[in-house]
Amino acid sequence: MLELSILFPSVLNGLTTGAVYALIALGLTLIYGVLHIINFAHGAALMVALYGVYFLQQRAGIDPYVALPIMVPAMFAFGYALQRFVIGRASHGKDENILLVTLGISIILENLALYAFKSDTRSIDTAYTLTTVNLAGALISLPKVVAFGGALATAAVLLLVLGRTDLGRAIRACAKERQGARLVGIDVDHVFAMSFGIGLACLGAAACFLLPAYYVNPTVGNGFVLIAFTIVVLGGMGSFTGALVGGLLIGVVESVGGLWLGESLGQIGIFLIFIAVLLFRPQGLFGAKA
Amino acid sequence: MKELAGILVFCALVALAPQFISSGVTLNLIIMTLYAALLGQAWNILGGFGGQFSFGHAVFFGSGAYAMAVLQVKFGWNAWAALAAALACGAAVGAFIGALSFRYGLKGSYFALVTLAFAEVFRILANTFTFTGAGVGLMLPLKESTADLQFADKTGYLYLILAFVLVGLLVTWWLKRSRYGAWLQAVRDNEDSAAALGVNVFRVKLGAIMISGALMAAGGAFYVQLFHYIDPHIAYGPAVSIEALLGPIIGGMGTLWGPLLGAAVLHGLGELTRAVMGDVPGVNLIAYGVVLILMVTFLPRGIIGLFHKKAKDAPRA
Amino acid sequence: MLDVRGLSISFGGLKAVDEVSLAVPKGAIVGLIGPNGAGKSTLFGLVSGFLRPQKGSVHFLGQDITALAPHHICRLGMTRTFQIVQPFGAQTVRENIAVGAHLRRASRGEALDHAEKIATQVGLASQLDKLALNLTVAGRKRLELARALATDPALLLLDEVLAGLNPQEITEVIPVIRQIRDAGVTVLMIEHVMQAVMNLAESVYVLSNGRLIAQGTPGEITANPEVIEAYLGHGTAARLRKAAGGQHA
Repeated sequence: MLELSILFPSVLNGLTTGAVYALIALGLTLIYGVLHIINFAHGAALMVALYGVYFLQQRAGIDPYVALPIMVPAMFAFGYALQRFVIGRASHGKDENILLVTLGISIILENLALYAFKSDTRSIDTAYTLTTVNLAGALISLPKVVAFGGALATAAVLLLVLGRTDLGRAIRACAKERQGARLVGIDVDHVFAMSFGIGLACLGAAACFLLPAYYVNPTVGNGFVLIAFTIVVLGGMGSFTGALVGGLLIGVVESVGGLWLGESLGQIGIFLIFIAVLLFRPQGLFGAKA
Repeated sequence: MKELAGILVFCALVALAPQFISSGVTLNLIIMTLYAALLGQAWNILGGFGGQFSFGHAVFFGSGAYAMAVLQVKFGWNAWAALAAALACGAAVGAFIGALSFRYGLKGSYFALVTLAFAEVFRILANTFTFTGAGVGLMLPLKESTADLQFADKTGYLYLILAFVLVGLLVTWWLKRSRYGAWLQAVRDNEDSAAALGVNVFRVKLGAIMISGALMAAGGAFYVQLFHYIDPHIAYGPAVSIEALLGPIIGGMGTLWGPLLGAAVLHGLGELTRAVMGDVPGVNLIAYGVVLILMVTFLPRGIIGLFHKKAKDAPRA
Repeated sequence: MLDVRGLSISFGGLKAVDEVSLAVPKGAIVGLIGPNGAGKSTLFGLVSGFLRPQKGSVHFLGQDITALAPHHICRLGMTRTFQIVQPFGAQTVRENIAVGAHLRRASRGEALDHAEKIATQVGLASQLDKLALNLTVAGRKRLELARALATDPALLLLDEVLAGLNPQEITEVIPVIRQIRDAGVTVLMIEHVMQAVMNLAESVYVLSNGRLIAQGTPGEITANPEVIEAYLGHGTAARLRKAAGGQHA
């Protein structure tokens, strides 16, 4: 069918993209797992983060990777504020309302960006943008390799925080049993806001890894939203392993799909998988049956 | 009966408007408001009355639009015949998506997501195939005559969109006082109870998505005739899906006048922002997003909910 | 009218309903009692099509309805109510009942008229234009009954229609149920309120841990030691007998 010499780099590329997808999906699945929110604003938030990284580089000369310690806390604060002061207030806890509120936020963010930055697509040039790395004969661009490592490292940190810290325990408690958590003295609203903040902090990190190999414009979020949802549903809503595996899988599907079906049609595989999972196995690969 | 009279009076007033309004800009505003109302009415049938929130209603819009364009441009069909086919196309896509989704029991957020996915799949397909013009899209040749459903004078388009809106109003009116409508709203309010009372939940939902799809396809067909152009992004992109749900949510879901009221508020708001901030792209949408959030927070039953004193606190959103 | 044979279903490892057989003759009021968790509502779910049995069959009016969907079974003449009432909240009482009425009436006007009649029958006439979610518990229970009644059923499956009602309300509803039967509807009712069971039911089935442990007239089953044990615990029957025997000394 396809020659290994073409397939192999495609798979590797897919894995590197997939790792970043996984990081994006991790934030989304955390938000879903804890708050039971399907965050439609996730893509728009990523777009905001990408612009953040972009301007830090353009105006302050800060390299994207160096910007990590700035972007991650900034996005965390943004997420905390959004959940605490907007989403939490507006939705009265009802599912359909949350969908609409996050949709509203995404509309606002996207069009604020459109208003402020026009619709031009921008990308950055760094010293290493064009550098490639030779991996067993395949030439993969350096930013992508860094993205792979960075994304996995960030995911590991996230899992450590959730598994080993008090905050992580509180988050898992709130996810399992909201009222019970309240009864044992956990400030649920605060924990929810922290979770949302962490979810968006993942986007901050993802943006730092993404921009050197990618681009930004006001609507870039839309493309990521659906892919992130696909991964979360494929992996299982609320499952971190699922988000990781799903992300890598989808990255490869997209890459090989593009190879096989061409640039335009290539992405269709992702959405067909999405639909299939929703219909036939809504709990995903690693999720619990609802 | 009062409502029926209200519908006819409203349509008569709008039909007479061109006699008193000569400003092309104002007529255009009325046309676009009615167009938005039509999209809202379509969404309202499935979402407001059926309780199934779709976030990808563009899938029906685009199918209608492409049916209209492809049949005329590539197969030389007559515009009226193409319109009939476009409506059928919308209903067929509705049947397809509905059969799959409802057969597998998709509800709530999962249903919203699957409609989004389908819209995206269709967008990619339209972007790929040459018969839909791929990324470039399709252009409708200018042939201004009623037989071609194109009009040199704005008034013609006004009557066309008014006719569609009238159909939408009549369908909604019928939903409020028919057995099918009672069944549909029962399914919306509690599926299990409805089934226990003899309602075929699957068939009822399927019917709703087909009617909604056909009406949305009419919106797509109208778009093509008005703007003479369609491409995958316009046809299946998120803008149309969002436009479809904003009106009913703001005006009042599951009501007769909600979509119209919502469309009027949105377009009025759009004009206001344009007056204040100038003709900047995206500004009116920011306002829409803010209004959406405010609505959900404070007025979940929409503006019409303000007038329904019966419910003390029944957030239907 | 209703013939249940060897119905069984398990959830995970738990046998929720275990080889249950019962028969409801036409025109009767049959009671189904048992301690909490005995499987009574699960049995209703199996009979009315909401759950698929793993073993056994259900025959209604001579027809095998085991694999049929709930709405189909309702159309054949068997309507059930839910233990946890599920009204169409944002609709009025009249509109709620009308949904049931529409099963056999296509015209909106007819359905609404029939809804009014049924509402009067169960005592909801004064609340016809109230929103369902504004009703009290007692009101909602009556609404649940009214909706089911509006479908003109041959067999009515009532799931704890009296739960949550105070004694006054209970004495009001009991005659309503009797009138329903007198008008030609067969009734199978799950009930905890013993007063109602004794008053209304001609025959009673007792379920415990998914199995049928007794059946008979109300008088027979209340004296049945196994039934007493199921409700009050192991050894209670003997203790009660001893106490009664001691008093006869």
